[in-house]
Amino acid sequence: MAEIRASFFLECDELLESLQDALGVLDSGDYDSETINIVFRAVHSIKGGAGAFGLDALVNFAHRYETVMDELRAGRMELTADATRLFFQAADMLQDHVAAARDGGDVPAGSEQTLHALEALLGEDHFAEEEAVEFAPMVLDFGFGAEDAPAEDAGPTEAGWSIRFTPHRDLYLSGNEPLLILRSLAQLGQAQIECHIPDDLPPPNEDNAETPLLSWTIRLTGDADEDDVRLAFDFVADVCDLDITPIIADEIEDPAPAPLEPAPAPVAVTEPDTAPAAPPMRADAASAGAKPASEPPSATVRVDLEKIDRLVNLVGELVINQAMLSQSVEKAGLGSHGAVISGLEAFMMLTRDIQDSVMMIRAQPVKPLFQRMARIVRETSASVGKEVRLRTEGEATEIDKTVIERLAEPLTHMIRNSVDHGLELPEKRLAAGKPPEGVITLSASHRAGRILIEIEDDGAGINRPKVRDIAQQKGLIAPDAQLSDSDIDNLIFLPGFSTATEVSALSGRGVGMDVVKSAIISLGGRVSIASTPGSGTKFSISLPLTLAVLDGMVVRAAGQTLVVPLSAIIETARIDSQQIETLSGNDAIMPFRGEFVPIFDLGHQLGFREPGEHCSAGIVLLTTQENGRRAALIVDSIMEQRQVVIKGLSQSYGDIPGVAAATILGDGQIALILDPADLGQHGRAQSTSNDRRMAG
Amino acid sequence: MNDMSHINNDDEVELLSFRLGEQEYCVDIMSVREIRGWTKATPLPFAPPHVRGVINLRGTVLPVVDLSVRLGMAPISGEERNVIVVVSVEGQMAGLLVDAVSDIVSLRREEMQPPPKLSDDASARCIEALLLIDDKLIRVLELATVLESNQQDAA
Repeated sequence: MAEIRASFFLECDELLESLQDALGVLDSGDYDSETINIVFRAVHSIKGGAGAFGLDALVNFAHRYETVMDELRAGRMELTADATRLFFQAADMLQDHVAAARDGGDVPAGSEQTLHALEALLGEDHFAEEEAVEFAPMVLDFGFGAEDAPAEDAGPTEAGWSIRFTPHRDLYLSGNEPLLILRSLAQLGQAQIECHIPDDLPPPNEDNAETPLLSWTIRLTGDADEDDVRLAFDFVADVCDLDITPIIADEIEDPAPAPLEPAPAPVAVTEPDTAPAAPPMRADAASAGAKPASEPPSATVRVDLEKIDRLVNLVGELVINQAMLSQSVEKAGLGSHGAVISGLEAFMMLTRDIQDSVMMIRAQPVKPLFQRMARIVRETSASVGKEVRLRTEGEATEIDKTVIERLAEPLTHMIRNSVDHGLELPEKRLAAGKPPEGVITLSASHRAGRILIEIEDDGAGINRPKVRDIAQQKGLIAPDAQLSDSDIDNLIFLPGFSTATEVSALSGRGVGMDVVKSAIISLGGRVSIASTPGSGTKFSISLPLTLAVLDGMVVRAAGQTLVVPLSAIIETARIDSQQIETLSGNDAIMPFRGEFVPIFDLGHQLGFREPGEHCSAGIVLLTTQENGRRAALIVDSIMEQRQVVIKGLSQSYGDIPGVAAATILGDGQIALILDPADLGQHGRAQSTSNDRRMAG
Repeated sequence: MNDMSHINNDDEVELLSFRLGEQEYCVDIMSVREIRGWTKATPLPFAPPHVRGVINLRGTVLPVVDLSVRLGMAPISGEERNVIVVVSVEGQMAGLLVDAVSDIVSLRREEMQPPPKLSDDASARCIEALLLIDDKLIRVLELATVLESNQQDAA
C-alpha cells in the first residue's frame, strides 16, 4: 500500500510538471485545444488518484480546479492574463496540496481564496450547484439528483447519447471505478442510468470480487458532445466495451424522468458488497497507482536511486581496478609488450565510456528545478509589487541529481534577491525608459565540461557606491581600500553583508549571498557576478558535471597520500625557504607574484607532523580560498594528476576540517580529498589554538 | 537496538569471541558482517585516538576503531595476525581492530550475567554482560555504545 501511495505521489510530480509546462504554453499565448486538455487531464488524473487514497482535501481542490478548466476547455470562458495567473496560482496550490497529502501536513493556507478567485472567473451563478459536490469515491452513493441540476434548465433536449458501458476485468485492475465515471457523465447532462444485472449473478466472494459482472446503459441528454462523453471514459477506453450512439431528438419521449429510478440504486444499497462495491478495495491494494491509460507510454523506466548509486559505486570500483591492473602490468615489466598495452588502453577507454554513461543515468534535466524557480518568481514578485517575467533557457540541460537537489536552495535565494533587489519597481523602470515588466532570465548550458547556470535580470545593476559604503560601515573593507568595480561587486558575497536598507520578508532573513556562495562551493562550483549599472546584473554559477568524479592532483605530505582538487590549485612552485617570512608565532607568509600569501605546511595542518620540519625541500601549491583570497600549501612531492572517484566519508566522525571526502587510489589505499578553502580557514584558527591535534 | 532484541528474544545466542591483549571479548554474531585481515588504515586528521582511520572495503570507505584503545587499553600494534571485525550497527558499518578472533560461542541467554555496577566511565558502559566459559571470563560488548560514543567524542 505504501508503495502504491509513493508511486502515486511520484506520478503527481510528473503530472504537476506537465501541468506547469502546459500553463507556460498557455501563458505564451501560443496554444491550442490540446494544451488545455493537457492541463485538464493533469488535474483530473491527480484527482482520480487522490480519490483512490481518500485524500479528500486534495480531491476537493483538484475537482474545483478541474471544473473551471473544464469551462475553459468547452470554450465557455475566456483566457485572460488574470485567468492564466490564477491558473498558475492554483497549480502552485495544487502542488502544496499534494505535498500536504503526502507528508500529512495541513491544508495549505489560502487555497480557499484561490479557488474562490478561480471560480469567480466563471461568474456568480455558475457554482451555485457545483459547490455542493461531495467527492467521496469510496462510498456507494448513487445520488446523482443533487448534482445533475444543470439539466433542469438545459433547455435543448433534442439530442443525447446512448452509451453502453461494459467494463473488462482490467478496468478494476487498473484502479478505475465505474461509479466515478457514471457520476462524471451525470454532470454532463441528464443521465438516465440503467444497470444490467446478469440473472446468474453469483454471490460476491473472494474469487469474483475483481471480476466485473455488471454493465450499464446510460441515456444522456443535454448539450454534451461526443468528445465530452468520450472524455468521461478517457482513462478506461481500452479496458471496457464502449458503445456510444447518438439519440435522435424524437426518440426521447420523456425528457425529465426521475433519473435514478432504474435498478442500480436498490442493488447498491441493499447489497453493498456486490461486485461493484468490491473493486475499489481491490484497486486500493493492487493497482491504484497504475499509470492512467491516457498517458502516452514513454520509453522510460523508473529505477530506485539506490540501484543507480550501487552501479555508480561498482563503476568506481572498475576504475580503481583498472588503475591497479595498469600498475601491476608496469611492475611485471610488461610495459613494452605491445598487445598487453593496447589491450589495456582499450580497457581504459571502455571503462571511461561506461563511467560516463553511468553518470548520465544520474543526470536529470534542470526543468523541474526551473519550474520551482518560476513559482518563486511569481510569489516573490506578487509580494513586492513588481511585475516580473521569468524566461528560462536550456531546461533540458542535464545535471547530476544530487547537484540539482542541493542547488535548489541557493538558486531560490538568488532568484528572490534578483526580484527583490535586482529589479526596480514599475514606476522606476518606466522612468528609466524600460518596460514596466522586469525580466529575469534563468539559463542552463554545458560549457567546457561544466554546467553553467546564469541568472540575469534587467534591473538597475549593483549600486556600487552604496555597496562600498555598507562594506565600510560593517568593517569589511578599509576606508581607503583600492577596489575595482568587480571587487566591489564581489563584496556582496562577504559574510555579514546585506544591502537591503530595510529588512524585507523575502531576502533579508540574515541569510546573505555568502551562504549562497558557500553552498555552491560545497558542490564544487564557483559563482561570479557581472553588473552593468542601469541595465542589470548577471550571476554565473559554474558546476562540475558530476559529484562522483573529480580531477585531482595526488600529492604526498608527511608520509600520507592526499588529493587536492585541481580546480582549487592556481599554480605550483618549488619552495624557496629564503622567501618565507615568519610573522607572529607560527604564521608564515611568502611573496607570490607581488602579493603576500599565507603559507601553511599541509602535513602540519592535518596534524600529521610538527610544524617547521620539511619546510625547505617541498613544493608549494597556490590555492584559492573562500572570498577569492589565496594561500600556499607546502607538500613534499606531487605524484600525478588524475581523475578520482569521490567517496563520502562516513559521518560518524563529524566534519574533519580541511577534508572534503575520500577516494581509493590505484593501489587500493584510501586517500583523503582536501578542501583547501576550508583548510586555510582552519589554519588561521589553529595557529591560535593548537590543541586539536591528531593522536595516534 | 536490533542486536539487543535479538539477544532478548531468542533463547539461543551465538557470539563471536576475540582477544584484546589478555582479555576475551565477544559480540553478537548477527551484527558481524565479515572478518578481514589487517590492512593499513589511512589516518583521519583530528579524529579521536581510538579511530585508526579508514580502509577500503570493496569500494566503501570503512572507519576502523582500535577496540583496545576504545576500551581504555594500550593500542593494538597492527601486525599481520591482527584482524578487523566488520560490524554493522543500526545501519552503520565500522571495523573493529582486535588482536585475534578466538571462537564462536553458542549459549542460552540466561547464561549471560549483567556486569556489576562498578564505575560509569566510557569503557565500562560498553560492557553489556559477562560470561563464564571454562572458567574464563568473557565480556559481551554492547556495540551500539562502542560505536555511538565515537560520534559524541568527535562532535
